[in-house]
Amino acid sequence: MNSPARRDWQVATATVFREETVRVRSITFETPAWAGHRAGQHVDIRLTADDGYQAERSYSIASPAGCAPRVELTVERIRDGEVSPYLTGELRLGDAIELRGPIGGYFAWDPAVSSPLMLIAGGSGVVPLMSMLRTRHQVGSRVRAKLLYSSRSAEDIIYRDELDRLAANRDGFDLIHTLTRGAPAGWKGETRRVDRDMLAQRGFQPGEEPQIFVCGPTSFVETIADQLVGLGHGESTIKTERFGPTGDK
Amino acid sequence: MTVTRGFKGRPHDARATTDRVPPGQYVTQEFPVLTAGPTQQTALERWSLALQNGGQLLARWNWAEFEALPQTERTFDIHCVTKWSKLDTRWRGVTFDDLLKAAGLTSPPYMYVMAHCDGGYTTNLPVADLMEGKAMVATHFDGQPLPATHGGPARLLVPHLYFWKSAKWVRRLAFMETNAPGFWESLGYHIYGDPWREQRYSGD
Repeated sequence: MNSPARRDWQVATATVFREETVRVRSITFETPAWAGHRAGQHVDIRLTADDGYQAERSYSIASPAGCAPRVELTVERIRDGEVSPYLTGELRLGDAIELRGPIGGYFAWDPAVSSPLMLIAGGSGVVPLMSMLRTRHQVGSRVRAKLLYSSRSAEDIIYRDELDRLAANRDGFDLIHTLTRGAPAGWKGETRRVDRDMLAQRGFQPGEEPQIFVCGPTSFVETIADQLVGLGHGESTIKTERFGPTGDK
Repeated sequence: MTVTRGFKGRPHDARATTDRVPPGQYVTQEFPVLTAGPTQQTALERWSLALQNGGQLLARWNWAEFEALPQTERTFDIHCVTKWSKLDTRWRGVTFDDLLKAAGLTSPPYMYVMAHCDGGYTTNLPVADLMEGKAMVATHFDGQPLPATHGGPARLLVPHLYFWKSAKWVRRLAFMETNAPGFWESLGYHIYGDPWREQRYSGD
C-alpha cells in the first residue's frame, strides 16, 4: 500500500566524479537525509536556473543498497539534452542539486530472493543493474548471476574495470560482454547484437527460473523481452526498463 | 528554492513556455515506450473488452462489436510521470460515456474503476475522471491502428492524469465500491496522479 510520507526534495552535494567513458560520468552525491534505496530504484533530480526555471529528470541509482547517505548516479551525456550536459560537464565538485526518492519498487532486486539473477543491459542501461551487482557483492550473496552487456565499442563500456574485478571473484557471477560496432584485437567477448541464440546459450535456462532484468534503449528492450518470452521465460519473471532517444532517461 | 550553480536550462525560446505543460515536465516530439515487462501481443480475434460490476459481467464486446460502437476522435496533450509531455496527440476510440450507454447503464454503479490488462497490469480511477468525454478506450493513434508497444489493440486513455493511468492492453473495466490501488499505485506512485498538482508519488 501507499506510504503516506512525501518524498521531499533534498539538497545533494556532488563529492566524487568518475569519468566512465567520454560521454558517461558517475557522480557521488552526499544527501544527509537520504534513507537508502533498493537496488534498481531511481531518483528524481531537479535543477533550478537563477531565473527560477526548473528542469526535472529521473536517473537510475548506480550505488549499492545501503550506502546512505551517499547516492551515486551515472549519467550519459545526451546530445541536445538539457540536464545531462550540465551533470556531465558544468557541474563541479561541491555544487548542490536537488534530489528526491527513491522511486520505483518493481524494477528492484531483493538479495533475499535465491533465484538466479539474469541481467541484460544495453549501453547506459547497465546502471541500475550495476546497483544490483554491487549490492550482491556487498552483502556477500552467492546467488548465481549473469550480466549480458551490449556496448557499441570497447571504449563505450561503463564500469569496465569494476565489472572485471567482480567477475574475477568467481563467486557465481558471470560477465558476458558483446560489442555491436567492432571489437579490438584480442577481444574475447561476443561481437554482435544480443539475439535469441546468445540469450539461449549464454543466459540462464527457463528451467532454472531466473529473475530477469532488462534495461536499455526501447528497441533493445523490446527485442530482448520478446525473445526471452519466445525462449520460454515466464512474462512475470521479466522486468524491463526502457529509455528513449529523447529523454535524458 | 535552491539555485543550481551554473545551470541555465534551455534557451528561453526553447523552453516549455506554454501553459499546456505541467510542472516538472518537458516536451518531446518522440513517443517513448514505458512498460514494466514484455509488450503484450493480443490477436484481434482473441480480443474482447469487458465491463464489470465487481465480478459481475455487465457487457462484453469483441473486436468487431467494439469497432461498431460510436467512434470519437480527439486531440489531447499527454503527460508521463517520467517527465515527458507530448502535445497534440490524435486518438480515436470509444468514450467511456458511450461504453456505459452501450452497456445500457444510465449511471455508473460505483464511484471507482479498476482497469485490468493483458499481462496483469492494473490501475485505479475515479469514475468521475472517465465520464463526460474525459476518457476513452483508444484503438487508433494519429490515424493508424495503435501499435502493441503503445498499448494496442486498445488502451485506456485518460489524458488529464499521468499516463500510467492510461493503461495499455486494457481488457476489463471493473467498477468497485471503494478505491483500491493498482499496480504502480501499490509501488509508491500517487493514488490519483494529477500532473497539474505534480502528484507523482504517494504523499505528493
